[in-house]
Amino acid sequence: MVTLKTTPLMAEHTGFDARLAPFGGWLMPIQYDGILAEHRWCRESAALFDTCHMGQFLLQGEIAAAGIERLFSFRLDTIAVGRCRYGFLLNEQGGIVDDLTVYRLAADQLMVVVNAGPEEKDFAAIQAGLQGAAHGEDRTGRSAKLDLQGPLARDVLVQLFGAEIATIPFFGFRRLSLLGTDALVSRTGYTGELGFEIYCDNGVVVPLWRQLLEDGRVRPAGLGARDLLRLEMGYSLYGSDLDETTTPLEAGLERFVDFSRDFVGREALLRQQAAGLQRVRVAFRVDSRRTPRHGYGIFLRCEQVGMVTSGAFSPMLGCGIGMGYVTPAAAAIGTSLQVGQEGISLDATVVELPFYREGSLRK
Amino acid sequence: MDFYFTREHEWIRIDGQVGIIGITAHAVEQLGDITFVELPLPGRKVKQAEVLCAIESVKAASDIYAPLSGKVIEVNELVENKPEIVNSSPEGEGWLVKVEIADPGEVKGLMNRDEYTLYLKGLS
Repeated sequence: MVTLKTTPLMAEHTGFDARLAPFGGWLMPIQYDGILAEHRWCRESAALFDTCHMGQFLLQGEIAAAGIERLFSFRLDTIAVGRCRYGFLLNEQGGIVDDLTVYRLAADQLMVVVNAGPEEKDFAAIQAGLQGAAHGEDRTGRSAKLDLQGPLARDVLVQLFGAEIATIPFFGFRRLSLLGTDALVSRTGYTGELGFEIYCDNGVVVPLWRQLLEDGRVRPAGLGARDLLRLEMGYSLYGSDLDETTTPLEAGLERFVDFSRDFVGREALLRQQAAGLQRVRVAFRVDSRRTPRHGYGIFLRCEQVGMVTSGAFSPMLGCGIGMGYVTPAAAAIGTSLQVGQEGISLDATVVELPFYREGSLRK
Repeated sequence: MDFYFTREHEWIRIDGQVGIIGITAHAVEQLGDITFVELPLPGRKVKQAEVLCAIESVKAASDIYAPLSGKVIEVNELVENKPEIVNSSPEGEGWLVKVEIADPGEVKGLMNRDEYTLYLKGLS
């Protein structure tokens, strides 16, 4: 039996009567009060998420000489110090090994933040690619991470930690002192709301969590609400919407791939681009409150054209929403589809992303 | 008016010939936030333990079974547009279906509240 890892906040979660479930090898809080209440709190105020399960790597050394640029779908050398960039690790077939964010901590120092599931595989690949004096350190489980997301997140952090927080640009970060230790705060997230990700020592994460929750504007939220929030924005979830058999072209995420330089998977992607795509990611709205579930078929005029990879009832739209992969002929905006399985058929329409457009993300 | 319960966590409140059906607080706790209720058409006849209607929550889709045989005479249209009422008041405002009971003798296959409470203890 595999032992699930727990974050330093486990006692806090059980104190809140959280419902726990395995996620990416970790035992994580799925909900506290209820998924819809937590979702709403994030859209209207500020929700606090334990994201200590996410993988964190530190890479030290001259980037150009480190030999790792090829492993990423995007350029590392043009990320300014104090900024982060989203993209992929790909395999030789162009399939997505993981989606991740790279932080440029210093001219010769990067932090890579990855999903919990593929974390060990990611680190092994990066470690194997490092050349010369460059070296990597897997800090997963040793460095903590909290996400504070919602329209009031900035006000809360400014009040606690000072006005400097308010100067952090979208996809930028600052190194600050929080509770007497060095921390890193980035203006990033996975909810579509104004939000921050806070990286700190394991030793201060419990007091930090408690201090944030002392503010009446902040409530804890679990992975259930997080999944709903990200789906309303059309953000892909690794393991559901993205995997090693799916390329960034199929996922409609080629803007996070820089073809102007060499990288692992480039040849395969160029071949796929030239040959034309067999399937593409689509977003659809269900014409009722019913939920399309992961694994449902997608049908165009009674013929199966694809599969649902993510689905939920959207509280903001008041209907079912989902994403999946279909043949390009079924992907045009406005196409009428059916989604379902034996005994269930839901009418749906292909729509543009994001589903939800009123978020405070860039405010 | 007496409440009776099924092992699948439906309740039925019997008032003469009429039975009001819903799901229990325990069912709601397990399901989480309810997002959709599919109600039967009035006039439909159901047998005891047959699928009566369906409910969806943020976590899963579940069937609701008829605690007793009967004919559907009314449905709670309020929960179609506000399914969260089932969460907030599962044994009150969040009722689902009213039936005309076909065979009152079938009640002997159900649990009373004390028996259901014991049954829940056995599950945990």
